[in-house]
Amino acid sequence: MTEELMVTARANELIDPSLHIWTWEVAMYLFLGGLTAGVMIFAAVMALLRKDEEAPFASQQLALLAPIVLSAGMTTLFLDLEHKLFVFRFYTAFQVTSPMSWGAWILILIYPVATLQILSTLRKGFPVTVPWVARWAVTRVIVDWCEAHRRQIALVAVPSGIALGIYTGILLSAFSARPFWNSGVLGPLFLVSGLSTAAALVALISREKSEKELFTRIDLALIVAEIALVGLFLVNLASGSAQQIEALQSVTGGPYTMVFWVLFVGIGLVIPLLLEMLEMRGFLKSIAVIAPVLVLIGGYALRQVMVDVGQESSWTRYETQYDAGLLKRME
Amino acid sequence: MTRYAMVIDTRTCIGCGDCVVACKTENKVPEGLNRDWIVEATRGTYPDLTTEFRSERCNHCSNPTCVTLCPTGASHLWDDTNIVLVDADKCTGCKACIAACPYDARLVMHPDGYVDKCTFCHHRVAEGLDPACVSSCPTRCMYFGSLDDPSSEVSKLLRTRNYKVLNPETGNEPNVYYLV
Repeated sequence: MTEELMVTARANELIDPSLHIWTWEVAMYLFLGGLTAGVMIFAAVMALLRKDEEAPFASQQLALLAPIVLSAGMTTLFLDLEHKLFVFRFYTAFQVTSPMSWGAWILILIYPVATLQILSTLRKGFPVTVPWVARWAVTRVIVDWCEAHRRQIALVAVPSGIALGIYTGILLSAFSARPFWNSGVLGPLFLVSGLSTAAALVALISREKSEKELFTRIDLALIVAEIALVGLFLVNLASGSAQQIEALQSVTGGPYTMVFWVLFVGIGLVIPLLLEMLEMRGFLKSIAVIAPVLVLIGGYALRQVMVDVGQESSWTRYETQYDAGLLKRME
Repeated sequence: MTRYAMVIDTRTCIGCGDCVVACKTENKVPEGLNRDWIVEATRGTYPDLTTEFRSERCNHCSNPTCVTLCPTGASHLWDDTNIVLVDADKCTGCKACIAACPYDARLVMHPDGYVDKCTFCHHRVAEGLDPACVSSCPTRCMYFGSLDDPSSEVSKLLRTRNYKVLNPETGNEPNVYYLV
């Protein structure tokens, strides 16, 4: 028997009794960041494949969501910071070994690229802007240039979107101190999930039948890919070190089992997969709204369960006799 | 680079907690927060039990993952040593370093919000003094010094005694040694 007991009072807030430094703010940011990545990539790919007819929303209007969704995500990320006034410090340094530093700079890159994407289809996608663009020489020149370079802009937007989508996964996987996260599968998993949520969003919003079908088909393939990556992720943990095997127990019988299997895998992946397969065969068209909503819920659930379980998984775990609540009650 | 180490004799330590109090006093650590703590490890089956006391803190690792993952350079090494410090003016409170520490040795400073940790009392080290915890230990079970100097007390102890570090499998190369 080994019992390791902390005998002096340590009740550091957010650290004890187990790490809970990141909550919904970070999960929401990871979700919205992935969604933004998917939005940019689909808008660009549809432009490159010249799908203006078949997928008018994705190829001409979707990009407008990128800066909006990303700004919402950056807002929740900002809410998570404990030393908010010093947020500018992300931009007075570049730390090559820190995925978070890469991410901070990738976020800065995303805005101009997404803006160019929007401008390259502004008049086509939003005809209401035509007189406004025509009003000034400078807007005419800029929009003309963007329209003429739509392909080149899309070619830049694809890798920018991939960088944004994959870095959020690499960010977590780089924490060797957190066995649950310490897997290279996390980067691709988050990227595929981001693409899947963006495809679901298009299927949800688009009014065009051909576009809804195209994106339901794309989403179907992405859900299959995501299930495969989740499988690899679990195999990786199950065949890992003692710390990883212990971390896996959180979702295989431990406190996060229901959230992981029912909310994320069941409601977020398997049920929409089945629904979309039925839709492809012409069934359940009238409730086609359900599958994409579930995919979006599943995308958020993935981030939340990853953030929650990952930070609790640790190399260090002591029992403590000290009740942190006592300090609060004394106040 | 000077490699500073702390060597703690678990055979002499009685777990009194003076090191914890000394740290709070010296570094004015606010109420409810701790940079160091004591673990009582009991092994065996009654009546054959052994107890080990360990005074724990930041390990000032030679491969500090908190420094490599800090996005702003706030977590840094002090003055060409392995002593890991946080520059509060560069810290955004993103908490990446807290997640990066396998020893859960970091904390969020109240009420300011920057991340704080054991500094090996570098302000005392700069004057040639031992960290407050080491100086105050009533059983004299704690030692501090440079591992680069073969004649230092810590080097001698590690040459002559059995020792361990916590979770060497992390690859962080911790520099707090426990004599066993």
